[in-house]
Amino acid sequence: MNQPSRTVSTSPHIHANSGTAPIMWSVSAALAPAALWGVYVFGWRALLVLLISITSAVLVEYLLCRIDGKNTIVDGSAFLTGLLVGMNMPPAIPLFIPVVASAFAIFVVKWSFGGLGANWMNPALGGRVFVFFSFTSAMSTFSTPRTLVDALPLSVSGASKVADAVSSATPLGLIKTAVGSGSGAGLETWRILAQEGYPATRFAQGISDALGKAVSPYTIDSFFGNVAGCIGEVSTILLLVGAIYLLCKKIITWQIPVSYLGSFALFVWVFGGIRSGLGLFHGEALSALVSGGLILGAFFMATDMVTSPTTGKGQIIFGIGCGFFTFLFRYFGSLPEAVSLAILLMNIVNPTIERYVLPKRFGAIKPQKEAKS
Amino acid sequence: MPRRFGCGLRHIKESSMQRIPTFRKGGVHPDDKKVLSCGHAIEKLPVPSELIVSLSQHLGAPAAPTKQKGDVVTRGEKIGVASGFISADVHSPVTGTIKEIRKVTLANSVSCDAFVIIPDEQQPEDAYQRVDWQAQKPEELLSVVKDMGIVGLGGATFPAHVKLTVPKGKSVDYLVINGVECEPYLTADHRVMLERTDGALTGIMIAARITDPKHIIIGVEMNKPDAIARLKERIAALGYPIDVMSLKMKYPQGDEKQLLKATIRKEIPSGKLPLDVGAIVCNIGTCYAVYEACAYHKPLMERVMTVTGECIATPKNILAPIGTKVADLIAFCGGFSTEPEKLVSGGPMMGFAFYDDQTPVAKGTSGILALPASKSVASTPCISCGRCVAACPMGLTPNRLYRNISHENYEEAMKLGLMDCKECGCCAYVCPAHLPLVHGMKTGKKMGRKKK
Repeated sequence: MNQPSRTVSTSPHIHANSGTAPIMWSVSAALAPAALWGVYVFGWRALLVLLISITSAVLVEYLLCRIDGKNTIVDGSAFLTGLLVGMNMPPAIPLFIPVVASAFAIFVVKWSFGGLGANWMNPALGGRVFVFFSFTSAMSTFSTPRTLVDALPLSVSGASKVADAVSSATPLGLIKTAVGSGSGAGLETWRILAQEGYPATRFAQGISDALGKAVSPYTIDSFFGNVAGCIGEVSTILLLVGAIYLLCKKIITWQIPVSYLGSFALFVWVFGGIRSGLGLFHGEALSALVSGGLILGAFFMATDMVTSPTTGKGQIIFGIGCGFFTFLFRYFGSLPEAVSLAILLMNIVNPTIERYVLPKRFGAIKPQKEAKS
Repeated sequence: MPRRFGCGLRHIKESSMQRIPTFRKGGVHPDDKKVLSCGHAIEKLPVPSELIVSLSQHLGAPAAPTKQKGDVVTRGEKIGVASGFISADVHSPVTGTIKEIRKVTLANSVSCDAFVIIPDEQQPEDAYQRVDWQAQKPEELLSVVKDMGIVGLGGATFPAHVKLTVPKGKSVDYLVINGVECEPYLTADHRVMLERTDGALTGIMIAARITDPKHIIIGVEMNKPDAIARLKERIAALGYPIDVMSLKMKYPQGDEKQLLKATIRKEIPSGKLPLDVGAIVCNIGTCYAVYEACAYHKPLMERVMTVTGECIATPKNILAPIGTKVADLIAFCGGFSTEPEKLVSGGPMMGFAFYDDQTPVAKGTSGILALPASKSVASTPCISCGRCVAACPMGLTPNRLYRNISHENYEEAMKLGLMDCKECGCCAYVCPAHLPLVHGMKTGKKMGRKKK
């Protein structure tokens, strides 16, 4: 009798039909709106930076595939790393820098440790931090988003330093400088920004007035992405849209973002006022949450599966660690590099968390009971 | 992913205020595919031309043959006797002649001796007399259960008389009847609950007479609302003290550990048995077999099984003699609609793939699946997504177990709780890297035991 060929394999015989590649491409898709916003406010140059970052990441991955005799381009992880590197670049960056960052990310951080799944550090962040310390001034020069070019200074009284169209400091940088020089003493963050003549859009000022100044125009601008910064980090709202998509698709879990942002907000509220002499419980959590790369980091980089814990409990510890170090570096450090360094630091701690934080086993026998019997 | 519900879920309205019970940790929600066969009433298979009745159809030692090649056997006659405490008797499902005794390989890769029986053309009519089981003592009923070769029909095939024996000094608080049938595709228990309700319920009362529990609960998942309604209706009519508990759908709720957590909220300690939390778990199909055994002295020689899958022309629930060859069952269902890539004995999550359609079914065969070719996906490296950890109902870390096992570090894997793993397949089901996690666990257990 002629038996047709049949597969014999171990159970289960059905699968949820998930895959590494769909996960990676979904994350890239979730990042797209925020990246496109970056292109809109910073112009074609931002698009060029993104494309160069992605191309160089994929190209390096391809060359390494040639060495290994594998094809890992299609899993989309190199594309995602390139996209994240690009989104973490200032729009006016000299174009060789994203190439270096992407190459470092793929070659040193990922491939040299064994490729996908074996790296202990988030590749995109590794690449970013590498070029940040190598080319610090280029990495700290930011262009003004088009929406802020003709905007009004936040406060009429301090109209001395209206931002020029070519480059401007980020709000976080301004605050840090002001606090460092002592001119920000005793002031809340938005007052510091106002004093420094940081602009705000009419739109944001209108909303702020409508809310009775409960929320500063600066916070509202940051939320909607009218702020100087890296290409992909400026639009909080579009990053949140992407994050909600990933949460709904269960690609990321709530534990890391919630514990990260929650603990960070708590630290800021309790201790954030200290550096400008306002004392405890005077920090401004809301504006701190929408500033810098925090939202991008909390939802898209701290949640990197490879370099974050697998257990829910571990993820919460990881998130709180990220929140603590982000607060520490942002409020008391001298570099405007809090989120990247905080996440990288927790990447280092990740294996230890993984070793000691295990889920509660079903029917675990309590040690005391064992001792009795 | 939209769940395809079983027959007529929309008719049931559970109170939304009430929390529907289920187990808490882990679990997955595969597409249940029960709609393929759940509407088909049980059909009796005509006597096949040849049966292969294995002597190892249960957990434990194989039965010892009591017949030889050339012997004439009658339907219900004992042809194998239990050869140890954990073992079970085997009966001939037909009247016929033993052609030979030869080694066969069952679907679960167990190789054992089996009778090849050629049934007579004329089969006698079943004429079992009703026995007054209520007049019998628990010990007598227990010996009948043993004598009739009853084993757990849920799949594990643990000899029923051993399970129902309550050791001295222990008492049973709960008799939990497993009507969950959480494996996708399978609808045999569903049909038994619908069509053999009174028998199954009486079987439960017999089991209750043997074990003397304080409470009796039937756990049924909510995708079988018609079964739940039918059970409730018949329990009320017969006046039995049985509670029907509808449970939220979640695989693997049919595992006794998860079922007890869902129904009586007790966690069986690692390495212990249900009796250690004062419970006995028994499958609903087994209860029906207990009923036939004790109320009619009819041995376990046929069972209801689901023959289904996308490649079966007409999926059916079939009452077939033990020892029927898979090819005969498939032919009874109109053959294959498309050539299947996989034949599976049991459910898709824990069943065994086999290639030979001459393989016989055994007491534990709850279903035969013919599954179409799936997009074959190669394994990729683990990206530590943590989905396996979240899905594991035992609270294990499959990713770490697998890593340790691949590095032949079995001791570490055992320390991480490898022996608690019951190979339910949730981890491998969700793994985006398509790692053969269950395969790893099986290997790890085998090697770990060897090293000990």
